[in-house]
Amino acid sequence: MLRVFRYWVTLYRRTWRGSIVINVLNPLLFLIGIGAGLGALVDDNAPAQIAGVSYAAFFAPGMLAAAAMQNAFLEGSAGVARAAGFGAYRSATPTPLRPEQLAAGHLLFITFRVLIASGAFIVVMAAFGLIGGWWALGALLGATLTGVAFAAPAAAWAVGVRKLRHIDTVFRFVIMPLYMFSGTFFAVSQLPEWIRPVSYLLPLWHGVELCRTLSLGTATITGSSVHIAYLLTLAIGGFLVARVTYRRRLHP
Amino acid sequence: MVSTHPLVEARDLTKVYPARGSTPEFRAVDGIDFALERGESFGLLGPNGAGKSTTMRMIAATSPISGGSLRVLGMDPMKQGPEIRARLGVVTQDDHLDNELTVRENLHIYGRYFGLPRAVIRERATRLLDFAQLQEKAGDQVETLSGGMRRRLTIARSLINEPDILLLDEPTTGLDPQARHILWDRLFQLKQQGVTLILTTHYMDEAEQLCDRLVVVDHGRIVAQGSPQELIHRYATREVLELRFRLDERDTAAEKLRTSVLATGGTDAEGRVELLPDRVLVYTADGEAALATVHAMSLTPLTALVRRATLEDVFLKLTGRSLIE
Ligand SMILES: Nc1ncnc2c1ncn2[C@@H]1O[C@H](COP(=O)(O)OP(=O)(O)O)[C@@H](O)[C@H]1O
Ligand SMILES: [Mg+2]
Repeated sequence: MLRVFRYWVTLYRRTWRGSIVINVLNPLLFLIGIGAGLGALVDDNAPAQIAGVSYAAFFAPGMLAAAAMQNAFLEGSAGVARAAGFGAYRSATPTPLRPEQLAAGHLLFITFRVLIASGAFIVVMAAFGLIGGWWALGALLGATLTGVAFAAPAAAWAVGVRKLRHIDTVFRFVIMPLYMFSGTFFAVSQLPEWIRPVSYLLPLWHGVELCRTLSLGTATITGSSVHIAYLLTLAIGGFLVARVTYRRRLHP
Repeated sequence: MVSTHPLVEARDLTKVYPARGSTPEFRAVDGIDFALERGESFGLLGPNGAGKSTTMRMIAATSPISGGSLRVLGMDPMKQGPEIRARLGVVTQDDHLDNELTVRENLHIYGRYFGLPRAVIRERATRLLDFAQLQEKAGDQVETLSGGMRRRLTIARSLINEPDILLLDEPTTGLDPQARHILWDRLFQLKQQGVTLILTTHYMDEAEQLCDRLVVVDHGRIVAQGSPQELIHRYATREVLELRFRLDERDTAAEKLRTSVLATGGTDAEGRVELLPDRVLVYTADGEAALATVHAMSLTPLTALVRRATLEDVFLKLTGRSLIE
Protein backbone atom coordinates (compact mmCIF):
# COMPACT_ATOMS: atom_id res chain seq x y z
CA MET A 1 0.00 0.00 0.00
CA LEU A 2 2.82 2.38 0.82
CA ARG A 3 4.50 1.46 -2.46
CA VAL A 4 1.36 2.50 -4.27
CA PHE A 5 1.17 5.68 -2.24
CA ARG A 6 4.78 6.41 -3.15
CA TYR A 7 3.93 6.06 -6.81
CA TRP A 8 1.25 8.73 -6.60
CA VAL A 9 3.54 10.98 -4.61
CA THR A 10 6.18 10.62 -7.34
CA LEU A 11 3.68 11.88 -9.87
CA TYR A 12 2.50 14.61 -7.52
CA ARG A 13 6.04 15.86 -7.00
CA ARG A 14 6.05 17.06 -10.59
CA THR A 15 2.96 19.21 -10.15
CA TRP A 16 2.72 20.04 -6.48
CA ARG A 17 3.81 23.67 -6.78
CA GLY A 18 1.07 24.46 -9.23
CA SER A 19 -1.46 22.53 -7.25
CA ILE A 20 -0.60 24.27 -3.97
CA VAL A 21 -0.94 27.64 -5.65
CA ILE A 22 -4.40 26.62 -6.81
CA ASN A 23 -5.21 25.31 -3.34
CA VAL A 24 -4.42 28.71 -1.85
CA LEU A 25 -5.66 30.98 -4.62
CA ASN A 26 -9.05 29.36 -4.89
CA PRO A 27 -10.21 30.01 -1.34
CA LEU A 28 -8.47 33.38 -1.35
CA LEU A 29 -10.48 34.61 -4.31
CA PHE A 30 -13.63 33.04 -2.94
CA LEU A 31 -13.29 34.65 0.46
CA ILE A 32 -12.37 38.06 -0.94
CA GLY A 33 -15.36 37.90 -3.23
CA ILE A 34 -17.70 36.68 -0.53
CA GLY A 35 -16.33 38.89 2.21
CA ALA A 36 -16.29 42.10 0.22
CA GLY A 37 -19.18 41.53 -2.12
CA LEU A 38 -21.89 39.03 -1.41
CA GLY A 39 -21.10 38.93 2.30
CA ALA A 40 -21.58 42.66 2.71
CA LEU A 41 -24.88 42.42 0.90
CA VAL A 42 -26.12 39.50 2.97
CA ASP A 43 -24.93 40.96 6.26
CA ASP A 44 -26.71 44.25 5.57
CA ASN A 45 -29.99 42.67 4.60
CA ALA A 46 -30.41 39.56 6.67
CA PRO A 47 -28.07 39.66 9.61
CA ALA A 48 -30.24 37.56 11.89
CA GLN A 49 -30.62 34.63 9.55
CA ILE A 50 -27.35 32.89 10.08
CA ALA A 51 -26.44 32.33 13.66
CA GLY A 52 -25.37 35.86 14.30
CA VAL A 53 -22.00 35.62 12.58
CA SER A 54 -20.74 37.38 9.49
CA TYR A 55 -21.64 35.70 6.24
CA ALA A 56 -17.98 35.03 5.52
CA ALA A 57 -17.55 33.20 8.83
CA PHE A 58 -20.67 31.20 8.05
CA PHE A 59 -19.83 30.47 4.46
CA ALA A 60 -16.09 29.71 4.67
CA PRO A 61 -16.30 26.39 6.59
CA GLY A 62 -19.19 25.31 4.38
CA MET A 63 -17.06 25.96 1.35
CA LEU A 64 -14.16 24.15 3.03
CA ALA A 65 -16.23 20.97 3.33
CA ALA A 66 -17.71 21.31 -0.16
CA ALA A 67 -14.28 21.86 -1.72
CA ALA A 68 -12.98 18.77 0.07
CA MET A 69 -15.92 16.83 -1.33
CA GLN A 70 -15.36 18.09 -4.84
CA ASN A 71 -11.60 17.47 -4.92
CA ALA A 72 -11.98 14.04 -3.40
CA PHE A 73 -14.82 13.05 -5.68
CA LEU A 74 -12.99 14.07 -8.84
CA GLU A 75 -9.75 12.35 -7.89
CA GLY A 76 -11.66 9.31 -6.62
CA SER A 77 -13.78 9.00 -9.77
CA ALA A 78 -12.05 10.36 -12.88
CA GLY A 79 -8.60 9.71 -11.42
CA VAL A 80 -9.49 6.14 -10.54
CA ALA A 81 -11.31 5.39 -13.80
CA ARG A 82 -8.30 6.60 -15.76
CA ALA A 83 -5.87 4.58 -13.68
CA ALA A 84 -8.04 1.50 -14.15
CA GLY A 85 -8.54 1.98 -17.88
CA PHE A 86 -5.05 2.70 -19.10
CA GLY A 87 -3.04 4.12 -16.25
CA ALA A 88 -1.22 3.18 -13.12
CA TYR A 89 -3.42 0.26 -12.07
CA ARG A 90 -2.77 -1.48 -15.37
CA SER A 91 0.98 -1.34 -15.02
CA ALA A 92 0.82 -2.45 -11.38
CA THR A 93 -1.55 -5.36 -11.95
CA PRO A 94 1.07 -7.93 -13.05
CA THR A 95 3.25 -7.13 -10.02
CA PRO A 96 2.90 -8.79 -6.61
CA LEU A 97 0.59 -5.97 -5.50
CA ARG A 98 -3.00 -7.00 -4.91
CA PRO A 99 -5.96 -4.98 -6.22
CA GLU A 100 -6.90 -4.25 -2.61
CA GLN A 101 -3.50 -2.65 -2.08
CA LEU A 102 -3.95 -0.52 -5.17
CA ALA A 103 -7.25 0.71 -3.74
CA ALA A 104 -5.79 1.42 -0.31
CA GLY A 105 -2.68 3.16 -1.65
CA HIS A 106 -4.60 5.41 -4.00
CA LEU A 107 -7.17 6.33 -1.35
CA LEU A 108 -4.36 7.12 1.05
CA PHE A 109 -2.93 9.49 -1.52
CA ILE A 110 -6.29 11.14 -2.14
CA THR A 111 -6.61 11.63 1.62
CA PHE A 112 -3.22 13.29 1.63
CA ARG A 113 -4.22 15.59 -1.24
CA VAL A 114 -7.44 16.61 0.48
CA LEU A 115 -5.53 17.22 3.68
CA ILE A 116 -3.14 19.58 1.90
CA ALA A 117 -5.87 21.43 0.03
CA SER A 118 -7.96 21.79 3.19
CA GLY A 119 -4.89 22.93 5.12
CA ALA A 120 -4.29 25.66 2.54
CA PHE A 121 -7.94 26.68 2.78
CA ILE A 122 -7.77 26.90 6.56
CA VAL A 123 -4.59 28.98 6.44
CA VAL A 124 -6.42 31.45 4.24
CA MET A 125 -9.41 31.42 6.62
CA ALA A 126 -7.07 32.13 9.53
CA ALA A 127 -5.53 35.03 7.61
CA PHE A 128 -9.02 36.54 7.38
CA GLY A 129 -9.52 35.94 11.07
CA LEU A 130 -12.26 33.40 10.39
CA ILE A 131 -10.74 30.57 12.39
CA GLY A 132 -8.02 30.08 14.94
CA GLY A 133 -6.48 27.89 17.62
CA TRP A 134 -7.20 24.19 18.04
CA TRP A 135 -10.52 24.55 16.28
CA ALA A 136 -8.57 24.92 13.06
CA LEU A 137 -7.03 21.50 13.52
CA GLY A 138 -10.46 20.01 14.18
CA ALA A 139 -11.84 21.62 11.04
CA LEU A 140 -8.88 20.29 9.05
CA LEU A 141 -9.62 16.74 10.16
CA GLY A 142 -13.34 17.26 9.61
CA ALA A 143 -12.80 18.45 6.05
CA THR A 144 -10.41 15.60 5.31
CA LEU A 145 -12.89 13.08 6.64
CA THR A 146 -15.58 14.66 4.45
CA GLY A 147 -13.31 14.16 1.46
CA VAL A 148 -12.59 10.52 2.23
CA ALA A 149 -16.29 9.86 2.75
CA PHE A 150 -16.76 10.83 -0.90
CA ALA A 151 -13.52 9.46 -2.36
CA ALA A 152 -13.93 5.88 -1.14
CA PRO A 153 -17.44 5.23 -2.52
CA ALA A 154 -16.52 7.16 -5.68
CA ALA A 155 -13.46 4.93 -6.21
CA ALA A 156 -15.49 1.78 -5.55
CA TRP A 157 -17.85 2.83 -8.31
CA ALA A 158 -15.43 4.45 -10.76
CA VAL A 159 -12.98 1.55 -10.96
CA GLY A 160 -15.60 -0.21 -13.08
CA VAL A 161 -16.50 2.82 -15.20
CA ARG A 162 -15.35 2.56 -18.81
CA LYS A 163 -16.82 5.80 -20.13
CA LEU A 164 -15.54 8.96 -18.50
CA ARG A 165 -18.66 10.90 -19.45
CA HIS A 166 -20.63 8.84 -16.92
CA ILE A 167 -18.51 10.52 -14.28
CA ASP A 168 -19.33 13.92 -15.70
CA THR A 169 -23.02 13.08 -15.47
CA VAL A 170 -22.80 12.00 -11.85
CA PHE A 171 -20.80 15.10 -11.01
CA ARG A 172 -23.42 17.34 -12.56
CA PHE A 173 -26.53 15.63 -11.27
CA VAL A 174 -25.40 14.27 -7.92
CA ILE A 175 -22.47 16.26 -6.60
CA MET A 176 -23.45 19.75 -7.73
CA PRO A 177 -26.99 19.59 -6.28
CA LEU A 178 -25.49 18.58 -2.95
CA TYR A 179 -24.07 22.10 -2.67
CA MET A 180 -27.59 23.52 -2.74
CA PHE A 181 -29.19 21.29 -0.18
CA SER A 182 -26.41 20.83 2.33
CA GLY A 183 -26.24 24.30 3.84
CA THR A 184 -23.12 25.37 2.00
CA PHE A 185 -24.26 28.78 0.82
CA PHE A 186 -27.20 29.27 3.17
CA ALA A 187 -28.46 27.54 6.26
CA VAL A 188 -30.70 24.52 5.85
CA SER A 189 -33.16 26.29 8.15
CA GLN A 190 -33.77 28.70 5.26
CA LEU A 191 -35.02 25.87 3.06
CA PRO A 192 -38.74 24.97 2.95
CA GLU A 193 -39.65 22.86 5.92
CA TRP A 194 -40.57 19.71 3.96
CA ILE A 195 -37.17 19.46 2.34
CA ARG A 196 -35.09 19.79 5.48
CA PRO A 197 -35.20 16.12 6.52
CA VAL A 198 -33.66 15.26 3.14
CA SER A 199 -30.79 17.59 3.87
CA TYR A 200 -30.07 15.86 7.13
CA LEU A 201 -29.52 12.63 5.21
CA LEU A 202 -27.03 14.13 2.80
CA PRO A 203 -23.38 13.35 3.47
CA LEU A 204 -22.26 16.84 2.54
CA TRP A 205 -24.61 18.33 5.13
CA HIS A 206 -22.82 16.29 7.80
CA GLY A 207 -19.46 17.46 6.47
CA VAL A 208 -20.55 21.08 6.36
CA GLU A 209 -22.08 20.98 9.85
CA LEU A 210 -19.01 19.28 11.27
CA CYS A 211 -16.63 21.83 9.75
CA ARG A 212 -18.86 24.80 10.51
CA THR A 213 -19.49 24.02 14.17
CA LEU A 214 -15.80 23.29 14.63
CA SER A 215 -14.73 26.51 13.00
CA LEU A 216 -17.31 28.67 14.81
CA GLY A 217 -16.45 26.97 18.07
CA THR A 218 -20.04 25.80 18.59
CA ALA A 219 -19.42 22.08 18.16
CA THR A 220 -20.99 19.67 20.63
CA ILE A 221 -19.71 16.18 21.40
CA THR A 222 -23.00 14.55 20.42
CA GLY A 223 -23.47 16.51 17.22
CA SER A 224 -19.91 16.00 16.05
CA SER A 225 -20.01 12.29 16.92
CA VAL A 226 -23.06 11.78 14.75
CA HIS A 227 -21.44 13.58 11.83
CA ILE A 228 -18.17 11.71 12.26
CA ALA A 229 -19.91 8.34 12.55
CA TYR A 230 -21.94 9.04 9.41
CA LEU A 231 -18.90 10.08 7.38
CA LEU A 232 -16.73 7.25 8.72
CA THR A 233 -19.39 4.75 7.74
CA LEU A 234 -19.32 6.03 4.18
CA ALA A 235 -15.53 5.99 4.07
CA ILE A 236 -15.15 2.49 5.49
CA GLY A 237 -18.13 1.10 3.60
CA GLY A 238 -16.80 2.60 0.39
CA PHE A 239 -13.39 1.07 0.95
CA LEU A 240 -14.85 -2.38 1.66
CA VAL A 241 -16.85 -2.27 -1.56
CA ALA A 242 -13.81 -0.95 -3.43
CA ARG A 243 -11.83 -4.02 -2.39
CA VAL A 244 -14.37 -6.14 -4.25
CA THR A 245 -14.85 -3.92 -7.30
CA TYR A 246 -11.12 -3.35 -7.74
CA ARG A 247 -10.52 -7.07 -7.87
CA ARG A 248 -13.39 -7.61 -10.27
CA ARG A 249 -12.05 -5.01 -12.69
CA LEU A 250 -8.33 -5.66 -12.44
CA HIS A 251 -8.43 -9.45 -12.19
CA PRO A 252 -11.29 -10.21 -14.60
CA MET B 1 16.06 -25.49 -6.10
CA VAL B 2 16.06 -28.03 -8.91
CA SER B 3 12.70 -29.43 -9.71
CA THR B 4 11.51 -31.85 -12.34
CA HIS B 5 7.99 -30.46 -12.36
CA PRO B 6 6.91 -28.37 -15.31
CA LEU B 7 7.07 -24.62 -14.67
CA VAL B 8 3.50 -24.28 -15.84
CA GLU B 9 1.00 -27.08 -16.05
CA ALA B 10 -2.56 -26.64 -17.26
CA ARG B 11 -5.16 -29.37 -17.30
CA ASP B 12 -8.56 -28.83 -18.84
CA LEU B 13 -8.05 -25.14 -18.14
CA THR B 14 -11.23 -23.16 -18.68
CA LYS B 15 -12.26 -19.54 -18.46
CA VAL B 16 -15.82 -18.33 -18.56
CA TYR B 17 -16.33 -14.58 -18.32
CA PRO B 18 -19.54 -13.88 -16.43
CA ALA B 19 -22.39 -12.07 -18.15
CA ARG B 20 -22.23 -8.32 -17.84
CA GLY B 21 -25.15 -6.08 -18.69
CA SER B 22 -26.58 -7.28 -21.98
CA THR B 23 -23.48 -9.33 -22.90
CA PRO B 24 -24.04 -13.01 -22.09
CA GLU B 25 -21.39 -15.09 -20.35
CA PHE B 26 -18.55 -16.13 -22.60
CA ARG B 27 -16.34 -19.21 -22.66
CA ALA B 28 -13.04 -17.71 -23.78
CA VAL B 29 -10.87 -20.73 -22.93
CA ASP B 30 -12.50 -24.10 -23.34
CA GLY B 31 -10.47 -26.86 -21.71
CA ILE B 32 -6.84 -26.65 -22.75
CA ASP B 33 -3.90 -28.80 -21.60
CA PHE B 34 -0.23 -27.99 -21.83
CA ALA B 35 2.98 -28.11 -19.85
CA LEU B 36 5.95 -25.80 -19.98
CA GLU B 37 9.46 -26.96 -19.13
CA ARG B 38 12.28 -24.81 -17.86
CA GLY B 39 14.35 -23.15 -20.58
CA GLU B 40 11.71 -23.75 -23.18
CA SER B 41 10.17 -21.18 -25.41
CA PHE B 42 6.52 -21.87 -25.84
CA GLY B 43 4.02 -20.17 -28.10
CA LEU B 44 0.28 -19.76 -28.27
CA LEU B 45 -0.67 -19.09 -31.83
CA GLY B 46 -4.13 -18.11 -32.91
CA PRO B 47 -6.35 -15.43 -34.41
CA ASN B 48 -7.90 -12.53 -32.51
CA GLY B 49 -10.37 -13.69 -29.92
CA ALA B 50 -8.90 -17.20 -29.68
CA GLY B 51 -8.35 -16.80 -25.95
CA LYS B 52 -4.60 -16.19 -25.94
CA SER B 53 -4.59 -13.13 -23.68
CA THR B 54 -7.07 -14.77 -21.35
CA THR B 55 -4.77 -17.79 -21.00
CA MET B 56 -1.81 -15.50 -20.37
CA ARG B 57 -3.70 -13.63 -17.66
CA MET B 58 -4.60 -16.86 -15.90
CA ILE B 59 -0.96 -17.96 -15.95
CA ALA B 60 0.07 -14.51 -14.71
CA ALA B 61 -2.30 -14.92 -11.75
CA THR B 62 -4.27 -11.83 -12.72
CA SER B 63 -7.42 -13.64 -13.77
CA PRO B 64 -9.07 -16.39 -11.72
CA ILE B 65 -9.57 -19.69 -13.55
CA SER B 66 -13.11 -20.98 -14.02
CA GLY B 67 -12.38 -24.68 -14.34
CA GLY B 68 -9.72 -27.34 -14.66
CA SER B 69 -6.41 -26.94 -12.89
CA LEU B 70 -3.40 -24.69 -13.26
CA ARG B 71 -0.05 -24.77 -11.47
CA VAL B 72 2.50 -22.05 -11.99
CA LEU B 73 5.99 -22.54 -10.53
CA GLY B 74 4.46 -25.28 -8.42
CA MET B 75 1.93 -22.88 -6.88
CA ASP B 76 -1.80 -22.30 -7.15
CA PRO B 77 -2.52 -18.96 -8.85
CA MET B 78 -5.85 -18.68 -7.05
CA LYS B 79 -4.19 -18.79 -3.63
CA GLN B 80 -0.62 -17.63 -4.15
CA GLY B 81 -1.10 -14.89 -6.71
CA PRO B 82 1.36 -12.38 -5.23
CA GLU B 83 4.06 -15.04 -4.74
CA ILE B 84 3.67 -16.18 -8.34
CA ARG B 85 3.61 -12.66 -9.74
CA ALA B 86 6.79 -11.86 -7.84
CA ARG B 87 8.61 -14.41 -9.99
CA LEU B 88 7.09 -13.67 -13.39
CA GLY B 89 7.89 -11.05 -15.97
CA VAL B 90 4.81 -9.92 -17.85
CA VAL B 91 4.54 -7.96 -21.06
CA THR B 92 0.85 -7.34 -21.62
CA GLN B 93 -0.70 -6.86 -25.01
CA ASP B 94 -0.93 -3.09 -24.55
CA ASP B 95 2.02 -1.23 -23.08
CA HIS B 96 0.99 0.30 -19.82
CA LEU B 97 3.84 2.67 -19.29
CA ASP B 98 3.67 5.89 -17.38
CA ASN B 99 3.81 8.59 -20.00
CA GLU B 100 4.40 11.33 -17.48
CA LEU B 101 7.53 9.70 -16.07
CA THR B 102 10.93 9.22 -17.64
CA VAL B 103 12.22 5.93 -18.97
CA ARG B 104 14.37 5.33 -15.92
CA GLU B 105 11.60 6.35 -13.51
CA ASN B 106 9.32 3.79 -15.11
CA LEU B 107 11.83 1.07 -14.33
CA HIS B 108 12.31 2.42 -10.85
CA ILE B 109 8.63 2.57 -9.91
CA TYR B 110 8.09 -0.90 -11.29
CA GLY B 111 11.01 -2.30 -9.32
CA ARG B 112 9.56 -0.71 -6.19
CA TYR B 113 6.28 -2.52 -6.79
CA PHE B 114 8.31 -5.70 -6.43
CA GLY B 115 9.77 -4.43 -3.19
CA LEU B 116 13.32 -4.39 -4.56
CA PRO B 117 15.87 -2.18 -2.79
CA ARG B 118 16.74 1.07 -4.56
CA ALA B 119 20.39 0.15 -5.11
CA VAL B 120 19.44 -3.14 -6.74
CA ILE B 121 16.97 -1.39 -9.02
CA ARG B 122 19.54 1.22 -10.00
CA GLU B 123 22.07 -1.40 -10.96
CA ARG B 124 19.58 -3.54 -12.87
CA ALA B 125 17.99 -0.55 -14.58
CA THR B 126 21.32 0.45 -16.08
CA ARG B 127 21.90 -3.06 -17.35
CA LEU B 128 18.35 -3.38 -18.72
CA LEU B 129 18.50 -0.03 -20.49
CA ASP B 130 21.63 -1.32 -22.19
CA PHE B 131 19.89 -4.51 -23.15
CA ALA B 132 16.90 -2.60 -24.54
CA GLN B 133 19.21 -0.16 -26.36
CA LEU B 134 17.60 2.75 -24.57
CA GLN B 135 20.62 4.19 -22.71
CA GLU B 136 20.37 7.56 -24.45
CA LYS B 137 16.67 7.75 -23.69
CA ALA B 138 17.01 7.07 -19.96
CA GLY B 139 16.12 10.62 -18.96
CA ASP B 140 13.45 11.19 -21.59
CA GLN B 141 9.76 11.26 -20.93
CA VAL B 142 8.13 8.03 -22.12
CA GLU B 143 5.66 10.03 -24.17
CA THR B 144 8.42 10.83 -26.66
CA LEU B 145 9.32 7.18 -27.43
CA SER B 146 8.45 5.39 -30.65
CA GLY B 147 6.27 2.27 -30.61
CA GLY B 148 9.26 -0.04 -30.86
CA MET B 149 11.08 1.73 -28.03
CA ARG B 150 8.00 1.57 -25.80
CA ARG B 151 7.82 -2.14 -26.42
CA ARG B 152 11.49 -2.62 -25.59
CA LEU B 153 11.06 -0.57 -22.44
CA THR B 154 8.10 -2.72 -21.45
CA ILE B 155 10.23 -5.82 -21.91
CA ALA B 156 13.13 -4.30 -19.97
CA ARG B 157 10.72 -3.38 -17.20
CA SER B 158 9.33 -6.91 -17.05
CA LEU B 159 12.85 -8.22 -16.42
CA ILE B 160 13.52 -5.99 -13.39
CA ASN B 161 12.71 -8.81 -10.95
CA GLU B 162 14.85 -11.35 -12.87
CA PRO B 163 11.80 -13.52 -13.54
CA ASP B 164 11.74 -17.31 -13.84
CA ILE B 165 9.33 -17.06 -16.75
CA LEU B 166 8.77 -14.20 -19.17
CA LEU B 167 5.25 -13.88 -20.59
CA LEU B 168 4.89 -11.87 -23.77
CA ASP B 169 1.45 -11.16 -25.19
CA GLU B 170 1.76 -10.25 -28.87
CA PRO B 171 5.14 -8.59 -28.41
CA THR B 172 5.44 -7.19 -31.93
CA THR B 173 1.87 -6.52 -33.00
CA GLY B 174 1.57 -3.08 -34.55
CA LEU B 175 5.30 -2.53 -35.01
CA ASP B 176 6.96 -1.78 -38.31
CA PRO B 177 9.22 -4.50 -39.75
CA GLN B 178 12.45 -2.88 -38.61
CA ALA B 179 11.28 -2.40 -35.04
CA ARG B 180 10.02 -5.95 -35.08
CA HIS B 181 13.39 -7.32 -36.13
CA ILE B 182 15.19 -5.42 -33.36
CA LEU B 183 12.73 -6.88 -30.90
CA TRP B 184 13.12 -10.41 -32.19
CA ASP B 185 16.84 -10.01 -31.86
CA ARG B 186 16.46 -8.97 -28.19
CA LEU B 187 14.09 -11.82 -27.45
CA PHE B 188 16.32 -14.29 -29.20
CA GLN B 189 19.17 -13.14 -26.98
CA LEU B 190 17.05 -13.81 -23.90
CA LYS B 191 16.21 -17.23 -25.22
CA GLN B 192 19.92 -17.92 -25.72
CA GLN B 193 20.49 -16.97 -22.10
CA GLY B 194 18.08 -19.70 -21.11
CA VAL B 195 15.12 -17.55 -20.09
CA THR B 196 11.88 -19.48 -20.26
CA LEU B 197 9.45 -17.70 -22.57
CA ILE B 198 5.74 -17.96 -23.18
CA LEU B 199 4.52 -15.84 -26.00
CA THR B 200 1.35 -15.35 -27.94
CA THR B 201 1.26 -14.18 -31.47
CA HIS B 202 -0.84 -14.18 -34.54
CA TYR B 203 2.21 -13.89 -36.71
CA MET B 204 3.46 -17.13 -38.15
CA ASP B 205 6.95 -15.87 -38.82
CA GLU B 206 7.24 -14.77 -35.23
CA ALA B 207 6.21 -18.18 -33.97
CA GLU B 208 8.69 -19.83 -36.31
CA GLN B 209 11.50 -17.54 -35.17
CA LEU B 210 10.98 -17.66 -31.43
CA CYS B 211 9.12 -20.80 -30.38
CA ASP B 212 10.51 -24.26 -29.74
CA ARG B 213 7.03 -25.57 -29.34
CA LEU B 214 3.59 -24.21 -30.07
CA VAL B 215 -0.04 -24.81 -29.52
CA VAL B 216 -2.41 -23.54 -32.14
CA VAL B 217 -5.59 -22.25 -30.50
CA ASP B 218 -8.90 -21.39 -32.02
CA HIS B 219 -12.15 -20.57 -30.21
CA GLY B 220 -10.53 -21.33 -26.86
CA ARG B 221 -9.43 -24.82 -27.85
CA ILE B 222 -6.11 -26.33 -28.87
CA VAL B 223 -6.35 -27.54 -32.44
CA ALA B 224 -2.76 -28.72 -32.85
CA GLN B 225 0.58 -28.71 -31.09
CA GLY B 226 4.20 -29.44 -31.80
CA SER B 227 7.35 -27.70 -32.95
CA PRO B 228 6.98 -25.32 -35.88
CA GLN B 229 8.71 -27.85 -38.13
CA GLU B 230 6.52 -30.72 -36.96
CA LEU B 231 3.37 -28.72 -37.52
CA ILE B 232 4.39 -27.73 -41.01
CA HIS B 233 5.36 -31.27 -41.76
CA ARG B 234 2.13 -32.68 -40.42
CA TYR B 235 -0.39 -30.16 -41.70
CA ALA B 236 1.15 -28.69 -44.80
CA THR B 237 3.24 -29.75 -47.74
CA ARG B 238 6.81 -28.82 -48.28
CA GLU B 239 6.02 -26.20 -50.86
CA VAL B 240 3.15 -23.95 -51.76
CA LEU B 241 2.33 -22.56 -55.15
CA GLU B 242 0.51 -19.24 -54.96
CA LEU B 243 -1.43 -18.25 -58.04
CA ARG B 244 -3.22 -15.02 -58.86
CA PHE B 245 -5.64 -14.81 -61.74
CA ARG B 246 -7.43 -12.05 -63.60
CA LEU B 247 -10.75 -11.38 -61.95
CA ASP B 248 -12.85 -12.65 -64.87
CA GLU B 249 -10.75 -15.78 -65.13
CA ARG B 250 -10.50 -16.52 -61.44
CA ASP B 251 -13.62 -18.61 -60.86
CA THR B 252 -13.23 -20.88 -63.87
CA ALA B 253 -9.54 -21.36 -63.15
CA ALA B 254 -10.28 -22.19 -59.54
CA GLU B 255 -12.90 -24.69 -60.59
CA LYS B 256 -10.53 -26.38 -63.01
CA LEU B 257 -7.80 -26.58 -60.40
CA ARG B 258 -10.11 -27.97 -57.79
CA THR B 259 -11.05 -30.90 -59.97
CA SER B 260 -7.55 -31.42 -61.31
CA VAL B 261 -4.94 -33.94 -60.26
CA LEU B 262 -3.38 -31.18 -58.12
CA ALA B 263 -6.29 -31.26 -55.72
CA THR B 264 -6.93 -34.96 -55.62
CA GLY B 265 -3.50 -36.53 -55.85
CA GLY B 266 -1.67 -37.99 -52.92
CA THR B 267 -2.38 -38.17 -49.23
CA ASP B 268 -4.18 -35.83 -46.88
CA ALA B 269 -1.63 -33.06 -46.70
CA GLU B 270 -0.24 -33.82 -50.11
CA GLY B 271 -2.08 -32.23 -53.00
CA ARG B 272 -4.70 -29.75 -51.95
CA VAL B 273 -6.10 -26.57 -53.41
CA GLU B 274 -7.28 -23.69 -51.21
CA LEU B 275 -9.28 -20.83 -52.60
CA LEU B 276 -8.67 -17.49 -50.92
CA PRO B 277 -10.41 -14.27 -51.88
CA ASP B 278 -7.35 -12.92 -53.67
CA ARG B 279 -5.39 -16.01 -54.66
CA VAL B 280 -5.35 -19.76 -55.06
CA LEU B 281 -2.94 -21.89 -53.02
CA VAL B 282 -1.75 -25.23 -54.32
CA TYR B 283 -0.12 -27.43 -51.68
CA THR B 284 2.44 -29.69 -53.19
CA ALA B 285 5.73 -31.43 -52.61
CA ASP B 286 7.16 -29.87 -55.73
CA GLY B 287 6.04 -26.36 -56.62
CA GLU B 288 7.75 -26.18 -59.99
CA ALA B 289 6.18 -29.41 -61.17
CA ALA B 290 2.79 -28.20 -60.01
CA LEU B 291 3.25 -24.97 -61.95
CA ALA B 292 4.08 -26.99 -65.07
CA THR B 293 0.82 -28.89 -64.56
CA VAL B 294 -1.05 -25.58 -64.28
CA HIS B 295 0.43 -24.40 -67.56
CA ALA B 296 -0.35 -27.73 -69.18
CA MET B 297 -4.01 -27.11 -68.25
CA SER B 298 -3.66 -23.95 -70.36
CA LEU B 299 -4.33 -21.70 -67.40
CA THR B 300 -2.53 -18.36 -67.41
CA PRO B 301 -2.06 -16.98 -63.91
CA LEU B 302 -1.04 -13.31 -63.59
CA THR B 303 1.56 -14.25 -61.03
CA ALA B 304 2.86 -17.56 -59.80
CA LEU B 305 5.04 -17.91 -56.72
CA VAL B 306 6.59 -21.02 -55.23
CA ARG B 307 7.40 -20.71 -51.54
CA ARG B 308 8.07 -22.79 -48.44
CA ALA B 309 5.05 -23.73 -46.42
CA THR B 310 4.61 -21.73 -43.20
CA LEU B 311 2.51 -21.93 -40.09
CA GLU B 312 0.00 -19.72 -41.87
CA ASP B 313 -0.68 -22.70 -44.12
CA VAL B 314 -0.97 -24.94 -41.07
CA PHE B 315 -3.57 -22.65 -39.61
CA LEU B 316 -5.51 -22.48 -42.84
CA LYS B 317 -5.50 -26.24 -43.07
CA LEU B 318 -6.62 -26.67 -39.48
CA THR B 319 -9.40 -24.13 -39.39
CA GLY B 320 -10.20 -23.35 -43.00
CA ARG B 321 -9.61 -19.70 -42.17
CA SER B 322 -6.79 -17.32 -42.75
CA LEU B 323 -5.05 -16.20 -39.57
CA ILE B 324 -5.14 -12.47 -40.18
CA GLU B 325 -8.43 -11.42 -41.67
N1 LIG C 1 -12.68 -9.14 -19.40
C1 LIG C 1 -13.44 -9.77 -20.32
N2 LIG C 1 -14.77 -9.89 -20.13
C2 LIG C 1 -15.53 -10.53 -21.06
N3 LIG C 1 -15.07 -11.07 -22.18
C3 LIG C 1 -13.76 -10.99 -22.43
C4 LIG C 1 -12.88 -10.33 -21.51
N4 LIG C 1 -11.62 -10.39 -22.01
C5 LIG C 1 -11.74 -11.06 -23.19
N5 LIG C 1 -13.01 -11.41 -23.44
C6 LIG C 1 -13.48 -12.17 -24.61
O1 LIG C 1 -12.86 -13.42 -24.63
C7 LIG C 1 -12.47 -13.77 -25.95
C8 LIG C 1 -11.00 -14.09 -25.99
O2 LIG C 1 -10.29 -12.88 -25.76
P1 LIG C 1 -8.71 -12.84 -25.65
O3 LIG C 1 -8.27 -13.79 -24.62
O4 LIG C 1 -8.34 -11.43 -25.49
O5 LIG C 1 -8.29 -13.38 -27.09
P2 LIG C 1 -6.94 -13.15 -27.89
O6 LIG C 1 -5.92 -12.61 -26.97
O7 LIG C 1 -6.60 -14.50 -28.42
O8 LIG C 1 -7.26 -12.20 -29.00
C9 LIG C 1 -12.87 -12.61 -26.84
O9 LIG C 1 -14.06 -12.95 -27.51
C10 LIG C 1 -13.08 -11.47 -25.89
O10 LIG C 1 -14.11 -10.63 -26.35
MG1 LIG D 1 -4.91 -10.89 -27.05
